[in-house]
Amino acid sequence: MEKIRALIVDDSSVMRKIVERSLRQAGVELETVLEASNGAEALTIVGQNGVDLILCDINMPIMDGLEFVRSLGSVENAKGVPVVMITTEGSETHVVQALSAGARGYIRKPFTPEQVKEHVLPVLGKRS
Amino acid sequence: MSTDISLEVRSHEENWLPILELAVEEVFEIMLGCRVKPVQDANHQPCAEFTAMVGLAGSLCGILNVSCDRNTAREVAKCMLGPEIADSADQVSDALGEICNMIAGNFKNKLAGADTRCVLSVPTVIIGEEYSVRSLADGDSIQTVMRFNDSQVVIMLQLHS
Repeated sequence: MEKIRALIVDDSSVMRKIVERSLRQAGVELETVLEASNGAEALTIVGQNGVDLILCDINMPIMDGLEFVRSLGSVENAKGVPVVMITTEGSETHVVQALSAGARGYIRKPFTPEQVKEHVLPVLGKRS
Repeated sequence: MSTDISLEVRSHEENWLPILELAVEEVFEIMLGCRVKPVQDANHQPCAEFTAMVGLAGSLCGILNVSCDRNTAREVAKCMLGPEIADSADQVSDALGEICNMIAGNFKNKLAGADTRCVLSVPTVIIGEEYSVRSLADGDSIQTVMRFNDSQVVIMLQLHS
């Protein structure tokens, strides 16, 4: 399995650690894990580094997850990079908004490592 | 489990307490790997050295608090992160804030119709007991005390009328 560069975007450092641990438990081989605490910070990181996968919260200060996903299209390094939302916002409205904005998957908090596996591996082109 | 938010004619406590308790149980079991259960006839409130708060606005309007003593808050963080990285006050606060956030989200997602019309604030955490809160939520309040390992966690939902 090829190692990937992942970006985890969440205003909670605790959640960023938990998401990283869940990715590893899901069998995702991580070369690098980058972190951002809001959408604006994440846009800068993507522009500078380029990543293979983005996991992103919705409710964040400065720039929320939906605005971040919408803005991602204008970042050169971000073309085709899959984004999976991980959020407490569980309504159909939010799911539709996120998918319409360009997200490829949606995980509701609280979540298990199995749910991360189920939603992340397919967008990386792997079978769970 | 889901209920219709239009059942407001019955008291919130009667309708929503079991849903709130279920939301708490699920969050602790999934994120911490711990089973928690409501304390029957809780005689005294455990001290609230750590209090996490998340605001709700929209069809469901109010504030959800999760409070516990310092050791319990540290234990929550330890269960989430592991013993080696859960010792700083920042991480303990962050962990409790996220638990509060997930309980609020899980609770509103269980109320049919509420999830689409209710938004959550980012969490706020107060450290220390010497404070008082004056909430503009002047409606009902629902409270439950949950047993977590050998200690207790208080969850309170204050609602606008």
